[in-house]
Amino acid sequence: MDNEFQVGRVPARHVDDGESLLVVDDLRTHFEVPAGSVRAVDGVSFTLARGRTLGVVGESGSGKTVLSRSIMGLNTSANAITTGSVMYAGDEMVGKSSKEKKLLWGAEMAMVFQDPMTSLNPVVTIGRQLTEHVRYHLDMGRKEANEVAVALLKSVHIPEAESRLNNYPHQMSGGMRQRVCIAIALACGPRMLFADEPTTALDVTVQHQILNLLAEQQSDRAMAMILVTHDLGVVAGRTDEIMVMYAGKAVEKAPTAELFSQLRHPYTQGLLWSIPKVTQPKHTRLNAIPGRPPNLISPPTGCKFAPRCAYAQDLCRTDEPQLRSIDSPDHVFACHFPVGTPEGEAAFQSNIDAGHPPALAAVGKLRATEEVSA
Amino acid sequence: MAGSGTAHLRPQDEVMLQVTDLVVEFPAGKGRTVKAVSGISFDIAPGETLGLVGESGCGKSTTGRAVLQLPVPTSGSVVLDNEDLASLDAETMRNRRTKLQMIFQDPISSLNPRRMVGEVVAEPLNVWGPKGQDEQWNIVARILDQVGIDPGPARYKRPHEFSGGQCQRISIARALVTGPELIICDEPVSALDVSIQAQILNLLDDLKTEYGLTLVFIAHDLAVVKNISDRVAVMYLGKMCEISEADELYAHPAHPYTELLLGSSPVPDPSVDVSSIRVIEGELPSPIAPPSGCRFRTRCPAATEVCAQEEPLMRKVAEDHYVACHHPLVTPVEGGSAASAAPESAVSVTSQNAGDVPTV
Repeated sequence: MDNEFQVGRVPARHVDDGESLLVVDDLRTHFEVPAGSVRAVDGVSFTLARGRTLGVVGESGSGKTVLSRSIMGLNTSANAITTGSVMYAGDEMVGKSSKEKKLLWGAEMAMVFQDPMTSLNPVVTIGRQLTEHVRYHLDMGRKEANEVAVALLKSVHIPEAESRLNNYPHQMSGGMRQRVCIAIALACGPRMLFADEPTTALDVTVQHQILNLLAEQQSDRAMAMILVTHDLGVVAGRTDEIMVMYAGKAVEKAPTAELFSQLRHPYTQGLLWSIPKVTQPKHTRLNAIPGRPPNLISPPTGCKFAPRCAYAQDLCRTDEPQLRSIDSPDHVFACHFPVGTPEGEAAFQSNIDAGHPPALAAVGKLRATEEVSA
Repeated sequence: MAGSGTAHLRPQDEVMLQVTDLVVEFPAGKGRTVKAVSGISFDIAPGETLGLVGESGCGKSTTGRAVLQLPVPTSGSVVLDNEDLASLDAETMRNRRTKLQMIFQDPISSLNPRRMVGEVVAEPLNVWGPKGQDEQWNIVARILDQVGIDPGPARYKRPHEFSGGQCQRISIARALVTGPELIICDEPVSALDVSIQAQILNLLDDLKTEYGLTLVFIAHDLAVVKNISDRVAVMYLGKMCEISEADELYAHPAHPYTELLLGSSPVPDPSVDVSSIRVIEGELPSPIAPPSGCRFRTRCPAATEVCAQEEPLMRKVAEDHYVACHHPLVTPVEGGSAASAAPESAVSVTSQNAGDVPTV
């Protein structure tokens, strides 16, 4: 393409300025299965400074959960192969033994999982689940640990914290359980928190409460956070930076405000357009992205998003675009025909004229039954 | 909250379904009763989509199921096409079920994992349709095609071979196969990604036009509900707070609860300062011992003395917009049909049974 663009892989900007807590470079996680190799995470690089929040957004199967699990080193099954580099506070995570990682899990980095119904042990009291790793990492006695647990439950706004310690998970509502999960994750004062779809299983009202709680705890503790979600509405206004993933790769990464004001990747645009908004009149046709994410064993050649993309041209089906930037070096994207550029607009227009189904879907002119068949 | 009263109901000849004073209670042991739904009234015109919104535990799913007489409501009437479903004998009710279908929240667990898609979708026909294999397959194939599933390859596959979005399409096909008039959609998109959610919402809209369907759409996300609904009813702890034409409700929410719900809906715009939005504090009170008077008063920023003592009745605030609140955010229309609200006692509905936990 044009020379004015910086073509080529833009490496994570990982000059250690003493600020970066996490530097991920070309991280790959592949799962070997009988049908081949599932490339769940396929070369992701980014840095995260202390106390900052990164939002990771994508559909199911885009590799966002595997990414956070790979960074923590939680993919321990024999068929998972992780390569690349994850530097946490100057320390290489990839290749660490379970024994070494055990010292970090909970104490340095912790995770809040999606489903608060299943991530707590149903036959162990809340109190014991809260104190287990506190006693392990901080070497506390039972009594002292219980005091810490009560303080933690109070900090996540659970009323009558003392009496809750003897409760079992089934005695609490979903929102309460997610608060407990957050309290457990925060118990040892980690510097890095992964929140993997922490609110997807919850009501909107509770979602709002939990996201506020996470933000409050994060700023109180100056923690870095990676917030994984499929909903751009959840990360807007709550993150410093957003990385959009598709088929195991980062396709766009930018500071939050810039991503929303000047998005470049058609996939980001598609995700944003598919969200129904309360400001739209009723029965507004949603501009859905047709089709589904690709099979990660044998993904399409060229750009992995091309079969569903409203902007795709012949070039996209043969050449895989690399991350590059146009104006701001913080805003990178992997697209040959970016949104908002003359080439991009021309590509979009020609696809509409040619009746290319994803382009029609993007302007709400495709029948819903055809949306599935990309 | 305490949305008793029937001021918002339309004349019976204009509507297809009319639900009046619906009460559903479950025994909870020790003589206690879960008051899942306590005196809800609403109606749906033919071809209309009614959205039911509220938090988990507000009784929206129970309401949807009670319309289908699953379970049979404790009291109240459900009149479909001038026929009270509650008064029908079992055999007649079985006949009417072809007119009523349901789509469930979790697309994967609502399909039998051991049966092939062709069988799953044809099952309602085994009961009510033609019995011949070929005849059935013709119908099934046509409907699968219409929901965007390629019928040929899908026929002999099992649900686990499909993604969540595709399974939801199959569930929709199963609901359509008997040619129903009314479909209750119980959170059909809550378990799906936003991109797939958009596809399903578009599909439901298309099918609605094509088959002339009437929908009850249950969800907790106000933005989703607005997209698909003509009218929206907001529920809280077994009562109705507000019912209105969809655009009007979002432009001028009259109930404090509606306003708080609207604020909670995530907006994909980073310039919105999320920390400044008021959140609903606390949790839903227990439906075994709901608060007196207005049920929302324990969490309501506008609550006063009167809210604890008197249950608010439905009042008209604008054309096709009714609210049950003592301190609505929009001034009610005086006189009007608001006065016609039945003089129901504030210490509302009587309770006899004791019950089990309500469904979501």
